[in-house]
Amino acid sequence: MNTTPHTDSTAYKVRRFLEAAIPQLILLVYSVIALFPIIMIVMNSFKAKKYIFGSPFAMPTPTTFDLIGYETVIERSNFGAFFTNSLIVTLTSLVLTLLIGAMAAFALSEYQFKGNTLLALYLSLGIMIPIRLGTVGILKLMVGLNLVNTLTGLILVYIAQSLPMTIFILSSFMRQVPKELKDAARIDGASEYRIFGLVIPLVRPAIGAIGIFTMIPIWNDLWFPLILAPSQKTATVTLGVQQFLGQFVSDWNAVLASLTLAMIPILIIYLIFSKQMIRSITAGALK
Amino acid sequence: MYERKSFPYYIFVFLAPAVIIYTIFMVYPLLNSLRMSFYTITDNREVFAGLDNYVKLFTNSNFAPRFFGALKNNFIFFAIHMVVQNSIALMLAALISNEKRRGANFYRTIYFMPTVLSVVIIGFIWNLILNPLWGVSKSILEVVNLGFLFKPWLGLPETALPTVALISVWQFIGIPMILFYAALIAIPEELMEAATVDGATGWGVFWRIKFPLIMPTVGIVSILTFVGNFNAFDLIYTMKGANAGPDFSTDIMGTFFYRTFFGQQLQLGDTSMGSTVAAMMFLIILTGVLLYTFGWQRRVQNIEM
Repeated sequence: MNTTPHTDSTAYKVRRFLEAAIPQLILLVYSVIALFPIIMIVMNSFKAKKYIFGSPFAMPTPTTFDLIGYETVIERSNFGAFFTNSLIVTLTSLVLTLLIGAMAAFALSEYQFKGNTLLALYLSLGIMIPIRLGTVGILKLMVGLNLVNTLTGLILVYIAQSLPMTIFILSSFMRQVPKELKDAARIDGASEYRIFGLVIPLVRPAIGAIGIFTMIPIWNDLWFPLILAPSQKTATVTLGVQQFLGQFVSDWNAVLASLTLAMIPILIIYLIFSKQMIRSITAGALK
Repeated sequence: MYERKSFPYYIFVFLAPAVIIYTIFMVYPLLNSLRMSFYTITDNREVFAGLDNYVKLFTNSNFAPRFFGALKNNFIFFAIHMVVQNSIALMLAALISNEKRRGANFYRTIYFMPTVLSVVIIGFIWNLILNPLWGVSKSILEVVNLGFLFKPWLGLPETALPTVALISVWQFIGIPMILFYAALIAIPEELMEAATVDGATGWGVFWRIKFPLIMPTVGIVSILTFVGNFNAFDLIYTMKGANAGPDFSTDIMGTFFYRTFFGQQLQLGDTSMGSTVAAMMFLIILTGVLLYTFGWQRRVQNIEM
């Protein structure tokens, strides 16, 4: 008996084709929806004003090419300073969060002490309760500590904001590190700090993923720079661009150029790390 | 076996920095904010006021209409995310997670891209694209014969909120998409093979086998959406300003909190009332989290693999 009677029929082939083509079409359409607005901005930022309005969908050509927008941004805004502020805030918060978070995660996953579970629960409250709800108290505290309009103030808040998730994920990874490995090191006389140093490289993939997930919201945050450090001297890229755009709202070249400048660094970092980031989610890092 | 001889000071060393920073800069300010919602400030001194601030928030003509308006808008904002964002994300994840699908990596990377950009950038991009002056949206719509859809979407009170919500959906769809995707590819292959042998079609396999198995993720996505939406601020502030116009039609809890705390135009900033609004946001989010933890998570745990 022939078990696959329709394999060769045209109807079957058409059905097979459609089963593959329709999903591809849907996925492609959504790719356009996701990319189109970003491409529009980048593309038009390299055109003279006349062509931004005249032919918004055309790629820049030698006739339409113009860097006037970028010139305005570089001359009229402190883009370099904003960029430095964002880098300082993001990198310092990131490094300290990962270090402090890894230490706490190690202690919680390695040692059975009284109150371990309770402490873990206390530290994970911040995963679901957004730190913004404490803004009134944070501003009051920063005024008291004389940390308003300083990058230090921002960094401290961002560390506190990022710790709960970091500790939660890292401790679940550290629990999977084989006990024999650590006990062998202990028998050789290694201190507990040395053992911490041994465990860190073993959870490196998790640290990488948490790094990205910590960094992006800090780099992009508008709320705390606006409230805790709104001065020109301490403005981050996000806040600086927001204020610059407000002033130059009618200068389309400058607006498009500053949007592009603000987007590019984070997109490059994303494209470099996206594989690792997505792999870590699919491996269950964030469950 | 290894025996510890001295008191384990190192546990303290490992934990102290995290506990101290987290307590001082997150827990203490949050509790202090909640406390301040029960006080008023007179002549720079805090005076205990019981529930006066809450009564004022619910009944005073300066606060009550704005509070209930923002609350209602926030629920609409949330409903749009749940319906549009999470169902499109589920569909995209289902399509990408098919193991025979070509270009899955490419799609995954693209769909997550808007999510990594700052809300300020996204807000301005869409302000430009929907700008009648640039007319990008107009010319596109006319190409596909939908010119009649051209309207000042962000300028009309009845369309501004759904428009802003859809822009937020466009930006954040990557998060539910990737979470659904992770859950879908974790389903053991044998389960699917067995179903296919039994004659189930792709559609049937998805709804009868895969979807029930990813219920825990549906719960996580819902609670993340809820917390994110009731804490949202940046997009509306960027696109519509702190006054969340036109006519407060895009005002949600985050913008209402900002205005109450810092003041806007003729209205003076008010620390106590700001704390009270934040306390209400805390209560709403806490209710959501508790409902999820005790209502949903407990029940779906039985079917988790």
